[in-house]
Amino acid sequence: VPELLDVARRIAGAAVAGEQVEACVSWSRDTHVRAYDGDIESLSSAESLGIGVRVVNGNRLGFAYAGSLDEEVAREVLAEARDNATFATEDEHAALADPDGVEPVRLPIWRDELGAFPAARKTELALDLERRTRAGDPRVRQVTEADYEDSAYEMAIASSTGIEATTRRTRCYLSAHLIADDGTGDQTGYSYGAGRSPEELDPATVAADAVHRAVRLLGARKPASSRLPVVLDPRVTATLLGVIGRALSGEDVAKGRSFFAGRIGEPVASSCFALVEDPTDPEAFGAGAIDGEGLACRRVVLVDKGTLAGFLYDTKAARLAGTVSTASAVRGGFRGTPGVGARALAVEPGTAGQDEILRNIGSGLYVQSVHGVHSGVSHVSGDFSVGARGIMISDGAFGEPVREVTIASSLQKMLQDVVAIGGDVERVPSSAMGVTLAIGEMAMSGA
Amino acid sequence: MTITDPLIDSAVVERTLALALRSGAEFAELFAEDRSSTSISLDDSKVEELCSGRDRGVGIRVVAGETTGYAHTADLSERGLADAADAAAAIARSGTGEKRTVALEARAVRNPSEVGTPPSDVAKATKVELLRRADSAARSAGGAIAQVSAGYSDARRRVLIANSDGLLTADEQTRTRFVVQCVASGDTGLQTGYQVVGKTIGFEMFEATDVEEEARNAAAVALGKLSARPAPSGVLPVVLEKGSGGILFHEACGHGLEADAIVKEASVYAGRVGDLVASPLVTLVDDGTVGGEWGTLGIDDEGHQTQRNVLIDKGVLTDYMWDFLRARKTGRDSSGNGRRQSYQHLPMVRMTNTYLLPGEEDPDEIVAQTPYGVYVRKLGGGQVDTATGDFVFGMVEAYLIEDGRVTEPLRDANLIGNGPDILGKIDVVGRDFDMCIGTCGKDGQQVPVGCGQPTLRVSGVTIGGTAGA
Repeated sequence: VPELLDVARRIAGAAVAGEQVEACVSWSRDTHVRAYDGDIESLSSAESLGIGVRVVNGNRLGFAYAGSLDEEVAREVLAEARDNATFATEDEHAALADPDGVEPVRLPIWRDELGAFPAARKTELALDLERRTRAGDPRVRQVTEADYEDSAYEMAIASSTGIEATTRRTRCYLSAHLIADDGTGDQTGYSYGAGRSPEELDPATVAADAVHRAVRLLGARKPASSRLPVVLDPRVTATLLGVIGRALSGEDVAKGRSFFAGRIGEPVASSCFALVEDPTDPEAFGAGAIDGEGLACRRVVLVDKGTLAGFLYDTKAARLAGTVSTASAVRGGFRGTPGVGARALAVEPGTAGQDEILRNIGSGLYVQSVHGVHSGVSHVSGDFSVGARGIMISDGAFGEPVREVTIASSLQKMLQDVVAIGGDVERVPSSAMGVTLAIGEMAMSGA
Repeated sequence: MTITDPLIDSAVVERTLALALRSGAEFAELFAEDRSSTSISLDDSKVEELCSGRDRGVGIRVVAGETTGYAHTADLSERGLADAADAAAAIARSGTGEKRTVALEARAVRNPSEVGTPPSDVAKATKVELLRRADSAARSAGGAIAQVSAGYSDARRRVLIANSDGLLTADEQTRTRFVVQCVASGDTGLQTGYQVVGKTIGFEMFEATDVEEEARNAAAVALGKLSARPAPSGVLPVVLEKGSGGILFHEACGHGLEADAIVKEASVYAGRVGDLVASPLVTLVDDGTVGGEWGTLGIDDEGHQTQRNVLIDKGVLTDYMWDFLRARKTGRDSSGNGRRQSYQHLPMVRMTNTYLLPGEEDPDEIVAQTPYGVYVRKLGGGQVDTATGDFVFGMVEAYLIEDGRVTEPLRDANLIGNGPDILGKIDVVGRDFDMCIGTCGKDGQQVPVGCGQPTLRVSGVTIGGTAGA
């Protein structure tokens, strides 16, 4: 692999007077192993690299990319990005990032151990996970997925405005999906574990959790519709926080596409709710040293004791809103242009364990998993309606399992209705952390 | 040789496949792809971004026993292909390393979608102009329209597929798409409306697609929803207007009829061929050959010609959808449903255009015969657990039905049901029909699909709103 930053510098260095050029060069190597019925079903290995070039000329932005580092291709991509810029509308806010003097933190998110880990041991991990999941309970009828995945990613960004930055990280995962049946009908369970190197993964824990999540739903029925308190599993909370993060995009706010618009300084959530975006937390799965425009990632306070305190900005959104970037540009490798997004949302955890939260709630619904978030939740209007599976809470403890219900409210109301936040922080592979969260009332639709 | 301008010389393909077989594999396949795309986005009345992309690469798949190995490369030199073949073949170690040969026979397939004006022949300025027209039209719909975004995209994808059975084939796939989204702002907050049109044809799509009318429709939906009341919570009859309701069949049974779920007994439809699994009014088809539709292909991504497959005939389950690998193991033919997002992905069983055939009822009568319920004009997406059959799908434009008439607009909500249960509750099917487009996600891969259906009624569906039923 050539030095990515050299390639980026060379392209950015081709900028002519009056023009800004930014090159993002990324490389990744991924492995995916799936075990099935005691065998390796598939083993994929992939290496991907390419360049994405943004050009701003006369306040107009153009972009082009190609999956190659070839010099001739790079010249074509730059020419295409320049040509594309001529068709954009002149926009005083269109600009590349300028260096802002913030030094990137050093994060331990790259492990050389991943590269040295032999392929045979990766397949062993998948096989071990499959075996343990199948043997986890006599009611396990099928293990549909037992996967090991890893990825190593490096990115360099250089621009004619003076940005020069690199980042790299490794990730690896185990995930298991199974079907359990005790004669009352099938239930499915899914779980995962994530780390920076394979040594951090534990097939036994992942298998046991996946099995637990399936068997505890056995016998689930569809309850009658009602309004009731809802307790979210930590992983469901991470999903919810991700949607809230989307509505906190300074770009959507500035363009009138978020229910948070115009509410800075106002109470938008229960006073026990505090939310920050902190990619500099090395424990966060989405931790990163630099953002998608090459600025140093930093901590941003979004909601403080229930009061709306800030939004996320990339360079363009910041200019649109008359503020500075919070280094919240995310981009999906060389193929994508940067856009505003969260990578490491965290709520301030409480002290209660899950048991204590259930005891205090008394009766309600514990939601183990949600479905249809993309089709039932709007970060514009705040309307919230998702499919759910879980367990009824009765007398302060887990009762009967339920399936085929929806839970509905609005994001605005849910934030106001947060009644408890657990102390059980779970670092999940997502843009937000997981923690048990209780909401005072939602509408559950069932039979 | 009937394949003109191949991505890779066929002699090189033959040598690469032979190399991939050397470690003892019984099957090897080479998938080459060259994709160029353009996308333009307008937001806040500005053309913000014009992107051009080029992706070219090869994926090599090797099968040995129960195991599949896969590797891909963007290096199309013979050396690059050989390295990928080696990496993919690493899963097979039983072989003697003896030299193998592969002789390819080219097979030409006609793509059912005819491209009139290739998008690459159209000036960027012309494409940009479409978005400006959409923006003005949406904004002229009223002062409550607070924001408009519009997008145009086109892609040309050339594929070449060869395998050790001697298959050598190719396809060229063109897609053109337009989308407009409006946000309306009022005392009740913000609401959205959108329209999307996509075809596997060229720029001539805009001869039949009036972007201004699409924009006005999107604006009207957003404006209408400002006065929407919360959707009910509970079980009600639901009338699905022709078109986007096809997503119901995609989720409620389509995914459960994909052979990978069947073979692993991870579908409620496993072992049920010949059984009545739906109302006798239901005849469901997956058809990759419908000219111009979003899920249409000449060949699937394993090189097999797409076809029309009847999945459910008058309520009786007739067949599943198959990719080549699973069909081969089962001793039958592929149904042309092996697809992949790109050369970087393994193929798997996927839908193409999935639709319900029309019935006989007058669609207006279906509403007139419904005293109270929900009328869904547009569904926005869904998700299914194939093992249990439980699925959700979201309404993005819906109304209350009162005394047989469509009345007030409802806020967005998900509907939830169980596939076999909902399919049995379809009690009237209209004689109209329309298709819609979607992007189907499965196991991390996105592929374009079409869905379609006539206006129909489901006698009871759980509606996930917040108001009393």
